Amino acid sequence: MINLFIGNLGHVFVILSFVLSLAAAFSYYRATKIEDVLAKKEWTINGRFLFYFHSFFVVGIVVVLFLIIYNNLFEYHYAYSHASKVLPVHYMISCFWEGQEGSFLLWIFWNCVLGLILIKTNKTWEAPIMVIFAVVQAFLASMILGISFFDIKIGSSPFVLLRDVIVDPIFEINPDFVPSDGTGLNPLLQNYWMVIHPPTLFLGYATTLIPFAYVIAGLWKKEYKNWIKPAVPWAIFSTALMALGQLMGAYWAYETLSFGGYWSWDPVENAVYVPWIIQVASIHTMIIFKKNNTALKTSIILVITTFILILYATFLTRSGILGNASVHSFTDLGLSGQLLIYLLVFTFVAIGLSAKRWNDIPTTEKEVSTYSREFWIFMGATVLGLMGFQVMAGTSIPVYNAILEQFGISSNMAPPADQALFYSKFQIWGAILIAIFSGTGQFFFWRNMDKSKLWNELAIPVLISLVVSTVIFMIAGINKIAYILLLTAGIYSLVANSTILIRLLKKKSFKLAGGSVAHIGIAMMLLGILFSAGYSKVISLNTSGLLFSKDMSDEMNQENVLLFVNEPKTMNEYELTYKGKRIELAGVPGFPSRKLIRKTLDDHTVVAIADYIHEGERVFERGDTLTILPENTYFEVEYKKNGEEAFTLYPRAQVNPNMGLIVSPDIRRLPGKDLYTHISSIPDPETTTEWSDPVTNLVSIGEQFFVNDFVTGIKKIQKIDVVDGVELGIEDVAAEALIEVQVKNRTYELKPIFIIKDKMMGNIPAVEEELGIKISFLNILPQEGKFELATETSQRDYIIMKAIEMPFINVLWIGTLVLMMGFTMAIIRRYKEFKRTA
Amino acid sequence: MKKSHIIGIVVIAIAVFVIISTAGDASTYVTFDEAKGLYESGSGKKVHVVGQLKKDERGEIVGVEPSKDKLTVTFLMVDNNQVANKVFYNKPMPPDLKQSEQVVVIGSYKEDIFYANQILLKCPSKYEEESLQVRAVN
Repeated sequence: MINLFIGNLGHVFVILSFVLSLAAAFSYYRATKIEDVLAKKEWTINGRFLFYFHSFFVVGIVVVLFLIIYNNLFEYHYAYSHASKVLPVHYMISCFWEGQEGSFLLWIFWNCVLGLILIKTNKTWEAPIMVIFAVVQAFLASMILGISFFDIKIGSSPFVLLRDVIVDPIFEINPDFVPSDGTGLNPLLQNYWMVIHPPTLFLGYATTLIPFAYVIAGLWKKEYKNWIKPAVPWAIFSTALMALGQLMGAYWAYETLSFGGYWSWDPVENAVYVPWIIQVASIHTMIIFKKNNTALKTSIILVITTFILILYATFLTRSGILGNASVHSFTDLGLSGQLLIYLLVFTFVAIGLSAKRWNDIPTTEKEVSTYSREFWIFMGATVLGLMGFQVMAGTSIPVYNAILEQFGISSNMAPPADQALFYSKFQIWGAILIAIFSGTGQFFFWRNMDKSKLWNELAIPVLISLVVSTVIFMIAGINKIAYILLLTAGIYSLVANSTILIRLLKKKSFKLAGGSVAHIGIAMMLLGILFSAGYSKVISLNTSGLLFSKDMSDEMNQENVLLFVNEPKTMNEYELTYKGKRIELAGVPGFPSRKLIRKTLDDHTVVAIADYIHEGERVFERGDTLTILPENTYFEVEYKKNGEEAFTLYPRAQVNPNMGLIVSPDIRRLPGKDLYTHISSIPDPETTTEWSDPVTNLVSIGEQFFVNDFVTGIKKIQKIDVVDGVELGIEDVAAEALIEVQVKNRTYELKPIFIIKDKMMGNIPAVEEELGIKISFLNILPQEGKFELATETSQRDYIIMKAIEMPFINVLWIGTLVLMMGFTMAIIRRYKEFKRTA
Repeated sequence: MKKSHIIGIVVIAIAVFVIISTAGDASTYVTFDEAKGLYESGSGKKVHVVGQLKKDERGEIVGVEPSKDKLTVTFLMVDNNQVANKVFYNKPMPPDLKQSEQVVVIGSYKEDIFYANQILLKCPSKYEEESLQVRAVN
């Protein structure tokens, strides 16, 4: 029976939260406008309670949607398309952000949390900033409203029934039809990083609203300076979370996807990168404003730009305008018009208000000295702005086509053929400058500098970085000028910021150390990226033993290697052996062979047909019933290196009915580098094995013959009394042939069975899938002492894999943690500053 | 001239450079004939061609040939102008190639063969469910 009540309840909550956000916006607007103190207070309290109720219903929507997923109510489209019965509870949370409606809901939820914190912590600015908050909430709630006015659909509700979305004859026969299971969560998202990466990123995204709300409130109330102090800690918090969220995503991509890295300049990644980099610039200009009143206008522009870019990014990734340009693009829910209005309203309001107030905003006319902190920070912000501009210019290519089409001009512009090259060749120069500025800028922390003092300060860091980078340059053989410069600049930034940090620690001014710690983190990340991406080496490249040159065109070089099962192959300094398919069983350690189990009618249940011993312990026995994760297949690949201990990697492939073959790498983490291995291709698991026509062989014991090019022979024939699945009578006879197949470093045993039952001859063939061999024991010819065997062959099991070495990738991950530490220190310091004055 | 003016001019110059280089590096969506024209005129620029795998009268895909060592693949693709051409891809065959509804190849011509550096596949119901997959009826 269809549970209509819960969906209706959810839908009512959505409508209520939408209406309440409008009401809250109106009340807070009145409170901001009205002069009378008493009335102001009343309207503020009114707005506050309306926002409380709004938040209450938002939580209600989240709870209802969770209950629909948790209780497997597959009559609802959202549960059907994002969940399934076997989904563990912690991944049910991930269902929220697999669908677009759910991710809007997450965003609305975070805005509620942030709004409530602001109401609690900042009473002075409450009314004007909450107007902006409530209006944003109304726009976001409208995205999941799911109502129609005169054929205009507003929003896409997460509470629509399956039968209202999908056209299927079954609903005509039985409108109350409920599928027994959902299509499940995308297996790539069934990963712990995917439980925490989206909420972190969305919280960062949501928090960009706070500095924006402050700047708009400041312009509105003509308080041009006071908004900065409360906005700074939030801007830093938002930047930190966006960085953390992006890097979690990068780490997930590195571990789970198989494009051979952690960042691919995909539009969805760029859509976070650009607002992030502009927000980094805005933090710096806001901090110099707090020091000496310069850069106010720049700060206003940057804070507004950050938020508008967030809206633009939302439009890009959710309107379907990117089409095929992105692998992650969400499906188009027909919200593009609504998203465009959202973007344009805030763009025009923000620009209009700034323009109106522009001449009132105080500025300083004095020229900034080259030997001041402001100058270097300002230069850094400019570089960041240009870096963001370049990425936006490239990512927006599909938008230019769409705009030109509006004017009747057909345009066939496509994204650059090599996106990574297009972006990185520009960004690397930005990174070099950022490293230099962030190293140098720190020296102006203390006192006024002049030329000679500056050179005195800089001499040692410059010298150290030149020496260290020359040494690395000699060892690693860096040949690109941009790489040499980035290496030197990165080390310079590291040394310069560490010098400052040590000084601060000596003076025991820990609270001021946030900046230098964060910059050390950035420098480490730049170095980690330089090494792991710039010097990654495909080690499965061209194994023929011929010399190859890096200049050879990519049409000629082979980056993959073909491995037949149990046939070792040399790849650079390694000897590789693919040892067969492995499975994953719930609660079973290691990777047991697929040969140990027999499938049952239930996809998730298997029965053991042999004992499994892992690290000397018997984990399961023949006959045990076990739970399998049927989507996952692992491929055991053994690496051997001369004189060094061998290790084994288990890259994974998932066969998913909706998405085809999905591969994930396995990574061997060595101190100086990661060895990254992924499957590129396997024999199609969907097609059934096609056997060749049988070949009959008459052979005696010990005689050798060939099957699929393998030396094969009968070791012995023995009478058996028990045959699985066959009842043997007194007159009946069964015999088993023990056949040995020699493959380079091991011997396979096949045991076909010959039966005479009720005076009829029969047989049970033996199959070795890995070798593509099927042998049937057809007859015994006692006079000649020979046995009749029929052999059939098919494709041997193989994998095609790619292996990449990523040097010093850990420097990137450690740098990330250092950056986060720096951000945390800075947030605490700036928040205390705000509290002291508030 | 003030320092801020010099910086302003440099920033504008870089911004103009970015716009020009974006326009220059942007690829284009073309047909096989146009791509061939580009090759014959000596341009090595990589382009996007959109199309489908070639099918025979019975609707079966023809012309997909992985190399003997399985490390590369060639296939026949029909572009949106119904022109068929041989495409060479120097990587193992993507497992879902034959299931794809639409293929976008990015690369350039050499002689009569289109060398694809990258293939984008649009597969039916890859990220969405258009029809119901009834597994078992309660």
